[in-house]
Amino acid sequence: MKIRNMKDFLAGLMFIAFGAAATALAQNYNMGTAARMGPGYFPTVLGGVLAVLGVIILMESFVVDGEGPKNISFRPLILVLLSTVIFGVLLRPLGLVLALFALIAVSALGGHEFKWKEVLVLFAILASGSVAVFVYGLQLQFPLWPWSN
Amino acid sequence: MESGLLANLALGFGEVFRLQPVTMWGVAFQQVPFNIIMCFIGCLLGTLIGVLPGIGPIATIAMLLPATYALQPVAALIMLAGIYYGAQYGGSTTAILVNIPGESSSVVTCLDGYQMARQGRAGAALSIAALGSFFAGSVATLLIAAFAPPLAEVAFKFGPAEYFSLMVLGLIAAVVLAHGSVIKAIAMIILGLLLGIVGTDVNTGTSRFAFGVPELSDGIGFVAVAMGVFGFAEVITNLEQKEHREIFTKNVTGLWLSWADFKEAYGAVLRGTTIGSFLGILPGGGALLSSFAAYTLEKKWSKNPETFGKGNIKGVAAPESANNAGAQTSFIPLLTLGIPPNAVMALMVGAMTIHGIAPGPQVMTERPALFWGMIASMWVGNLMLVILNLPLIGLWIKLLTVPYRYLYPAILVFCCIGVYSVSNSEFDVYLTALFGLLGYVFVKLECEPAPLLLGFILGPMMEENLRRAMLLSRGDATVFFTRPISAGLLIVTAILLITILSPKIRKKREEAFQEE
Repeated sequence: MKIRNMKDFLAGLMFIAFGAAATALAQNYNMGTAARMGPGYFPTVLGGVLAVLGVIILMESFVVDGEGPKNISFRPLILVLLSTVIFGVLLRPLGLVLALFALIAVSALGGHEFKWKEVLVLFAILASGSVAVFVYGLQLQFPLWPWSN
Repeated sequence: MESGLLANLALGFGEVFRLQPVTMWGVAFQQVPFNIIMCFIGCLLGTLIGVLPGIGPIATIAMLLPATYALQPVAALIMLAGIYYGAQYGGSTTAILVNIPGESSSVVTCLDGYQMARQGRAGAALSIAALGSFFAGSVATLLIAAFAPPLAEVAFKFGPAEYFSLMVLGLIAAVVLAHGSVIKAIAMIILGLLLGIVGTDVNTGTSRFAFGVPELSDGIGFVAVAMGVFGFAEVITNLEQKEHREIFTKNVTGLWLSWADFKEAYGAVLRGTTIGSFLGILPGGGALLSSFAAYTLEKKWSKNPETFGKGNIKGVAAPESANNAGAQTSFIPLLTLGIPPNAVMALMVGAMTIHGIAPGPQVMTERPALFWGMIASMWVGNLMLVILNLPLIGLWIKLLTVPYRYLYPAILVFCCIGVYSVSNSEFDVYLTALFGLLGYVFVKLECEPAPLLLGFILGPMMEENLRRAMLLSRGDATVFFTRPISAGLLIVTAILLITILSPKIRKKREEAFQEE
């Protein structure tokens, strides 16, 4: 047996994993009866169907040809996601302005070119714009500075 | 009927132009036509983001949703609708001038639009796209106004069994009409349904799949899912590619169509509008499918199909009219049945819920001003878009020259601020990052994310209707087949499934989507 379609092979594994996990976790909830379905009924059924579909996709990947996943570059992936998490971590302790700075600077590292000057200008424009529109204009609740809590 | 339609539209236009007191930046204004201003802002933002390649309509709406939180529901929905069809308009500009579809529904516009631009006819291409879209939008608005009330009547007769079967049909049809692998798309729907039921079960109060995380007991925020799976994943995949753009900015002259161009294109506009209006209503239809179908058929019906792809004006007129018509008529199932036919409409369900409106037939009877105001605003919005697009074309072209490395941090800023402000929680920001990762995996494994979003929104509704139907029938599952409407819907679903899974049709379908 040779995997002919890596994409589908992995997708099949993913769906099996999600389906099995859902069914397994749903066993902690009351199943109920067909007339009075408990909270466990629907997820158990869905998880089962998902796992079966996963198996079919997996089996097909041994039969039908296809390309594997390509062009995976970890740099933008990691830096974009990391910048978002950093924004969430810094928002309350340091306020919106500094959290935005971290978000913009870290995510900019994920691009093809990085120039400090550009990042600073971008930060100045985006931060002042966001504060004007979201905080003062739309009155959304954000701490602005480390000392504004 | 006729006079009823006019009265309803009058009510709608009255709502759109209504003057109301507004407080902005701490200043209280009396008598401001606030709804029309929001319609304008929505169209402007939609066009702006639609013009930018790499941000689809779903990410756009999710990104701009927070801007509507502070608004009244009417103004908010008018603005969101404006964003949606503004994005359709903007997408065509990018397709014609840069040969990159600003939105996926403009993919086919690239074929002839870009060739026209290379031949120095960019102005004509942009004009026919805008005027065709305006015509299509006007027709679609009238169709919604005419068909919404009778359909809503039908919907009132639906019980839980009918609703459940309708949702099954909607989900399956959405997969059949979308491109990509059918079986993977069905798996994505089910994954979406599972994600949708995370949180407290309304019937028993049991917390499901929450892993002891208090934030998850209210369920996963749809903004986090939409932004992560669409917005973030799009940004990351865009960053993997090198920037390469060739923009025709200098030879955009003569924005008005010549008489000859008009004579050649008006038939295509009419055909595109018809196809788009019809396909928009179908589950899984909408702008994307409409534009593909209109282009393919226009080419097939043409006496000289070899001119397509070489700058035939019909190749711009038909899909651009169709995508706008489809974008708008896809509001019909949402507004009358409360069931979103595609992922964008699923997002509108979420938006309506945030503003305290449960989509469904009762919206029309309980909130007529909101309902008809939204419909009337679509026509007004389309008119605004023609005005925005044609004279402001220079501005949009300038926007296209902004490098992506300035744009994507701005997108991330909008997303982060937006997702945080849904419920002032950092947790939603982390969740967005997680769904961004998941979305990236989906892209790499060629799993379409749109069915996931559709399933995610429909998950709780489906479970609720299933439970109610089974409770009413005392656990007898045959209820779905003994009630005639429900049985009919399920039979159609079964036929669809069998057809699509048969190897012969499967191959044909793959070819059809491969063509472009």
